[in-house]
Amino acid sequence: MLRDEGPLVPMAGCTDLYVALNFGTLTETRFLDLWRLDALRTIAIREGALSIGALATHTDLIRSPLVRRRLPMLAAAASEIGGVQIQNRGTLGGNVANASPAGDTLPVLAAADATVVLRGAGATRRVPFSSFYTGYRRTVRRPDELIVSFEIAPIRGRQRFRKVGTRAAQAISKVVMAVIAGETPRIAVGSVAPTVVRARRTEAALAAGASVAEAQRLLLDEIAPIDDIRSTAEYRRRVTANLLARLLAPRSA
Amino acid sequence: MSSRARKAVGRNVLRKEGHDKVTGAARYIDDLTFPGLLHARTIRSTIPAGEIVKVRFKGDRAGFTLVDHHDIPGRNIVALIDEDQPCLAERKIRHVAEPILLLVHEDREKLRAADVQIEYRPSTPNYDPERSAITFKKIAIDKGDLDAGFAAADVIVEGEYRTGLQEQLYIETNGVIAVPGSSVAGAAGGITVYGSMQCPYYVHRALVILLGLPAGKVRVIQTETGGGFGGKEEYPSMMAGHAALAALKTGRPVKLVYDRVEDMLATTKRHPSIVRHRTGVTRDGRLTAIDIDAVLDGGAYATLSAVVLSRGMIHAAGPYRCDHIRIRGRATMTNTPPNGAFRGFGAPQTQFAAEVHMDRIAERLGLDPVRVREINALRPGDTTATGQRLGKDSSALQVLREAVTRTGFRKRRRALAGTNRGIGLSLFFHGSGFTGAGEVKLAAKASLALTHKGARIHVASTEIGQGTRTMLAQIVADALGVRYDDVDVNAADTGEVPDSGPTVASRTCMIVGRILERCAEEMRARLGRLTPRQYLRAFGPLVITKQYERPAGMVWDDTVYKGDAYGSYGWGCDVVEVEVDRDTYEVRPTAFTTVHEIGKAIHPMLAVGQIEGGSAQGLGYAILEDVVMRDGRMANATLTNYIIPTSLDTPPMQVVLLENPYPHGPSGAKGVGEMPIDGPAPAVINALRHAGFDLREIPATPERVMLTSSVESTQRTPRTPRKSQAWV
Repeated sequence: MLRDEGPLVPMAGCTDLYVALNFGTLTETRFLDLWRLDALRTIAIREGALSIGALATHTDLIRSPLVRRRLPMLAAAASEIGGVQIQNRGTLGGNVANASPAGDTLPVLAAADATVVLRGAGATRRVPFSSFYTGYRRTVRRPDELIVSFEIAPIRGRQRFRKVGTRAAQAISKVVMAVIAGETPRIAVGSVAPTVVRARRTEAALAAGASVAEAQRLLLDEIAPIDDIRSTAEYRRRVTANLLARLLAPRSA
Repeated sequence: MSSRARKAVGRNVLRKEGHDKVTGAARYIDDLTFPGLLHARTIRSTIPAGEIVKVRFKGDRAGFTLVDHHDIPGRNIVALIDEDQPCLAERKIRHVAEPILLLVHEDREKLRAADVQIEYRPSTPNYDPERSAITFKKIAIDKGDLDAGFAAADVIVEGEYRTGLQEQLYIETNGVIAVPGSSVAGAAGGITVYGSMQCPYYVHRALVILLGLPAGKVRVIQTETGGGFGGKEEYPSMMAGHAALAALKTGRPVKLVYDRVEDMLATTKRHPSIVRHRTGVTRDGRLTAIDIDAVLDGGAYATLSAVVLSRGMIHAAGPYRCDHIRIRGRATMTNTPPNGAFRGFGAPQTQFAAEVHMDRIAERLGLDPVRVREINALRPGDTTATGQRLGKDSSALQVLREAVTRTGFRKRRRALAGTNRGIGLSLFFHGSGFTGAGEVKLAAKASLALTHKGARIHVASTEIGQGTRTMLAQIVADALGVRYDDVDVNAADTGEVPDSGPTVASRTCMIVGRILERCAEEMRARLGRLTPRQYLRAFGPLVITKQYERPAGMVWDDTVYKGDAYGSYGWGCDVVEVEVDRDTYEVRPTAFTTVHEIGKAIHPMLAVGQIEGGSAQGLGYAILEDVVMRDGRMANATLTNYIIPTSLDTPPMQVVLLENPYPHGPSGAKGVGEMPIDGPAPAVINALRHAGFDLREIPATPERVMLTSSVESTQRTPRTPRKSQAWV
């Protein structure tokens, strides 16, 4: 159907779709409702990797013992999304497919080196999360493909997550950062560039023994924040640098 | 009559409309429909300044009715104070979102999809209230001899303080329905307007003038209203006009309900302010001279700016004694949507400046913030800036001391020094009722009708969530000597109730409540030993109507702004603790205590609810709420991006009520609705100062705190230094 009858917009929890509908910015008129596909809601360990179905809701992520054990920073991110109603409806696949640079789970998946599993009528393909986005709100997903799950290999190191929203809850991120601190640090930042940023140069420098101050300088070169109605580029830069130091610190708040 | 009835005043009785609201039975404007109902959509300007050249409707016009200024049978104004604002723009555009025409159709979807294009000849807009060519109103208050006051000073402290726009964000957006041909008399050619509103008689008067109809052919009925905060004081007059014009043109009922974006883009907000203080003070902390200059940004039309300015200026010196005061204020025009009424009405802006300035004075003198306030707080017998001699119910010192004791303020201040946390306080007051001779001019009336069991209240004062019906019924029940449940409240319907004035200015309890209390006292005397049922059987219907009476000795001269500005004042003191995240510059209030002296709490739970809600709204004003204007248009007109506090952003609140009765209020009550929003902003900024962040402007967003912290260790300068003067 996706292939033969022209584009359909996949919809699940509709927590982003309805916002666009309400603003009159939703141009599409044909939708494919995935909500009842319970098979895509499974959270399990498969071949050593954590596999999370695309339709797992934020509430599912928060409650899943597997997620809490293997990827606690994802549970942390999910618990800071919207309010309870949004968490009950919004899905991980939706957060990723919506492709907002402010998506709260995106830095987590980027830092975790997740794999996006896409399935089309013909075949299944696996795309590294870091190659999933091609630009502002653009992804490699083809119109005849659905995101079906995410796979995350075991992670070594301390997982840290911090969202800086416009208030304590029900807020969109101004800066959102996920860090895996350890011998080979991994750092990802959202809301500071057209897509989520995986800070590989900063990571490499840290792995090679660079100081936190040096890492902060490098990280600022890897992001490109802007002024918008929620914050300023300058704020995002300073807070990104400050958060890096905080999240790398042995005991972080 | 027996007086066995248990006293209602002072007790937390059930709200009159509580059951309907909780069960969902209450019907708000968008729940209502009428046979043959049409919907209206407002076509608005997209430029801030210029002229309309051409209006083009594109596409199929079938089923559409267009309404523009040519359809106005009376005068094309929104009648309020000045007559500068058209109900529908004719040629000139003065702000973005100015209504130009209405589209009417039975199908909301078709209405939404309709394409109307407007061609303009733009002109250059002005957004700076200090450079405006148009001043809506100027106010001057003078007391004593300013030069002598400064001559007596050891130290002069100056400062400039700024506050931003704030959106009321009532939970129910604005909406009205106009129904033709169903006026009071049922006569043809009349109009009935239902709507979410605070002031049915404001709407009534505006409709009479706009439609050129006799008063008897216009009827306005308030529907259950989901909040107002001042935001439904004047705007419903314009909307009612729009819907009425459409209804009269089509001959069918017309519904006009805004969605949240339109409501935020188009309707009034709190006036931004720039307030400059120059204060003379002795070394031991006594104020000798206060010199204040203030500008309010009125937006594109005058609306209520003159009276917002008035209240702002009367409160500008704060609750302090000083013999030599000069206050100069003006409200000017800019090319932004008109600013209007919002809880506090000018006083939150000016008392923000006064209270932040007071902490800077204390800092300069090396006194603690409590001491400098203790020395200067207004006491009974003192005179205010307008020369009003205060009565025994003046409680500035009492609320201050109570708040300081309750919070262990001085000890906490020492304990938090040098950390990323701070504690601050603010002392404030708020006049109840209309300013000056306002109540005399208004001459509010209220009626009480005897019923078989008790009485029915007839007032135009509206229930907007604050508890009007409940609180008025409590007052009447006790004065009449009947049970609370046996007093009911008529709908605020201009066809049935007298004009008790607008539901604004913290006046409903103190002013309208007192008129009703007098009605009930007289009714009780008339009943004598008879029960209501016996009286009605013997003598027939009994309706008592009373009018506002000025308390003896109350004098006001509007020409020189001297005298008794308000019948009475409420007094408040807030203490707030904040924590600043050193990495993200986020300001989190962690503890909040407020002491309010309000004469008498008619319904303590409702009074505390007003204080908690107003304080939360004040904390939002202080820290979060930032209307982002771009090219004269609100750029963040959504609930996603206009940030008000959630429960997680609101600290635990300790509310302390004190009662020093006002002799002319019902059971001694004063106003309470507005005062809670006066205190939080300066208390937060003073707490931030204690934590090492020198802000002179709200909201204290993380972005602003970050910039402040960058100069924190060097010279303390304001964020936006002015060219000609060095503000220390």
